[in-house]
Amino acid sequence: MSILVYTESENGKFKKAALEVVSYAKAIADQMGTSVTAIAVNADNTEALGNYGASKVLLIKDESLKAFNVKKYTAIVESAAKNEDAKVVVLSSSADSKYLAPMLAVALEAGYVSNVIEAPSGVSPFTVKRSAFTNKAFANTEINTDVKIVGLSNNSFGLVETGGSASVEDFSPAIPDSGITVESVDKATDKVSIADAEIVVSGGRGLKGPENWGMIEELAEVLGAATACSKPVSDLGWRPHSEHVGQTGKPVASNLYIAIGISGAIQHLAGINSSKVKVVINTDPEAPFFKAADYGIVGDAFEVVPKLIEKLKVFKAANA
Amino acid sequence: MKILVCISHVPDTTSKINFTEGDSRFDTTGVQFVINPNDEFGLTRAMWFKEKQGASVDVVNVGGPETEPTLRKALAIGADSAIRVNTEATDGFAVAKQLAKVAQDGGYDLVIAGRESIDYNGAMVPGMLAAIIDANFVSNCISLEIDGTNAKAVREIDGGKETVSTMLPLVIGGQKGLVEESDLRIPNMRGIMMARKKPLTVVEPIDVSAETKAVSFIKPIAKSEVILVDADNIDELVNLLHNEAKVI
Ligand SMILES: Cc1cc2nc3c(=O)[nH]c(=O)nc-3n(C[C@H](O)[C@H](O)[C@H](O)COP(=O)(O)OP(=O)(O)OC[C@H]3O[C@@H](n4cnc5c(N)ncnc54)[C@H](O)[C@@H]3O)c2cc1C
Ligand SMILES: Nc1ncnc2c1ncn2[C@@H]1O[C@H](COP(=O)(O)O)[C@@H](O)[C@H]1O
Repeated sequence: MSILVYTESENGKFKKAALEVVSYAKAIADQMGTSVTAIAVNADNTEALGNYGASKVLLIKDESLKAFNVKKYTAIVESAAKNEDAKVVVLSSSADSKYLAPMLAVALEAGYVSNVIEAPSGVSPFTVKRSAFTNKAFANTEINTDVKIVGLSNNSFGLVETGGSASVEDFSPAIPDSGITVESVDKATDKVSIADAEIVVSGGRGLKGPENWGMIEELAEVLGAATACSKPVSDLGWRPHSEHVGQTGKPVASNLYIAIGISGAIQHLAGINSSKVKVVINTDPEAPFFKAADYGIVGDAFEVVPKLIEKLKVFKAANA
Repeated sequence: MKILVCISHVPDTTSKINFTEGDSRFDTTGVQFVINPNDEFGLTRAMWFKEKQGASVDVVNVGGPETEPTLRKALAIGADSAIRVNTEATDGFAVAKQLAKVAQDGGYDLVIAGRESIDYNGAMVPGMLAAIIDANFVSNCISLEIDGTNAKAVREIDGGKETVSTMLPLVIGGQKGLVEESDLRIPNMRGIMMARKKPLTVVEPIDVSAETKAVSFIKPIAKSEVILVDADNIDELVNLLHNEAKVI
C-alpha cells in the first residue's frame, strides 16, 4: 500500500504545485501509516521530491510523451496506482491534472474530490474539506470507495520540506493509442500563468482602456506576478479571455491578489476569494471590494500604481 | 449529427448561499435557478451546428421535477427535445453514470457538457462520462469545429491554449469561447411558446450509488475589516505586505 502522487514538470523542472502535492501526500501517508510514491514524466531533478516527502519516484522518460495527452497520461497514472497498490492518489489543480483526474477515477473505480484545501480531517471515513459554490462555501466530503483520488487546490497546503530522500526507479508502463492529436500549443513562455502564480495583478473597467495596461504589466513584472482582469474587460476585448477571472472565468488561488479599478461584484469575488491576501485600489470607497479585501487604498489607479511600482522597485533592490 | 447538451441547474450567480438541516443541505429557499453558464455557451454552440451544419440537439438533466423550468428554457433557446433523468444528483460519478446511459441509448455523436458547474464546481462529470462511454474527451474547450466525423478543438491550458484534432464520438467540457457572450440568446416569446409543445421526456434512473458524499457545509468565516492605507503613504502598504502579510 502507498499514497501515489502525480507530479507535473515543465521542460524537465517540477512545478511548484508538484512539490505542494508531494507535501500534501506526505501528510496523508503519515495519517495512514504508509509512504509516498511519486510518478513523474520526463523530469530531471527527481531527487528533489525526496525533500518534500516522497520515498520513491517512478520516472518515465519518453519523448512521445512530451505533449500532454489525457488518455496516455491517465493510463500511466493508472498503471502506477495499480503497481503501487495505491489507496490514495493525489493530483494538483492544474488544467492538465483536472483533465486527467475524472478519467482516472473511472479507470480506478475511485471516488474523486476536487478543489480540496486541507489535509483529511479523518481517514476512516476518509473526509476532506473542499471549496464549493465557487468559494462561497466549503463542503466536508467523504470518499467511500476503496481507492480515493484527491485534487488539491493550488497554494492551499503549501510546501513542507522533510529533508528526506527518494529512490528513483525507471518505469515503463504500456501506453495506449490515443484518439487525440495535439496540433499546436500556443503558450506564452515568458509569462507566469494565473494557475501557477503566487501573485496576481488584476485590472478592471476602472482602467478605462487597453492602452492603460502598461502599468499593470509593469507592476506584475516587478512582483513576478501573473496578470488578470475582470469579465467586462475581456468581453470588451481589452485583454484576452484567458485572463478573465471570477465565477465564470478562471479561479485564482494566489497568495496575493491585487485588484485595480475592479468594483468587487459578487461574481468576481467568488472566483478570487480563495486567494490569501487581497489588496484593492479603487477611487470609490463604497466599492464592494473594500468589504472583501485585507488592504485597500482609496485612490486613483493612475496615480497610485506608478507610485507603487516605484516603491516596490526600491523594496526589491533593498531586499535582493 | 446528433448532439446531446448536458444542462446543470444551478443557483443564479448572485445567489446567497445558505444551508439547512444542520448545515447538511443547500437551502434553495428564495434561490433563483438558471442554466449553468458554461452549459449555456455549449448549448449556443450546439444551436450553431444545428443551423449551419444540420444537427439535432437534445438537452438532458439529472435531477428532480424542480429542474424542468431550466430544461424548458433550453428548449425555448432552441433545443429540439429534453430528457430528465428522474433522480437526485448525488455526486459527479452518479450523474456521469446516468448521463452515460442516456448518451449510449440515444447514439449521440457529440456530447457537450460544461467545464464545471458553478454550484458543485466538480469539473468531473464530462471526463467521467467520456471515460464511461469510451469517447474522446476535450476539457476546457474554447473552440470546436466538426467536419464529418473529424473534430478540431481548442483547449485552454495554464498560460495558453492547445489545438487538437480528434474524432467523433466526442465529449467536451465547454466554456466561454465556444461562442461569445454576445452570441447567447435570450428566449423570445415564440421560442417560449414553442418550447411548451416540445417533448420533455422523464426517464427513470439506473441503479448506481454515489462514491462521495458531502456530509456538511461550512460558510467562510466573516473576514475582518479592511486596513486602509493612505494613497500618499504607499511605503506603508509595501511594509504591511512584507512584514504583516508576508506575501512579498
Ligand atoms: C452570469 C454572470 C457571470 C459573471 N461572471 C463574472 C466573472 O467571472 N468575473 C467578473 O469579473 N465578473 C463577472 N460578472 C460581471 C460582474 O457582475 C461585474 O459586472 C464585473 O465584475 C464588473 O467589472 P469591473 O469591476 O471591472 O467594472 P465596474 O463594475 O465598472 O467597476 C469599475 C471600478 O473601477 C473603479 N474606478 C474607476 N476609475 C478608477 C480609477 N481611475 N482608479 C481606480 N479605480 C477606478 C470604479 O470605482 C469601479 O468600482 C458576471 C456577471 C454575470 C451576470
Ligand atoms: N445533474 C446534472 N445533469 C446534467 N448535466 C450535469 C449535471 N451535473 C453536471 N452536469 C454537466 O457536467 C458539467 C460539469 O459539472 P461538474 O462536474 O458538476 O462541475 C456541467 O456543466 C453540466 O454540463
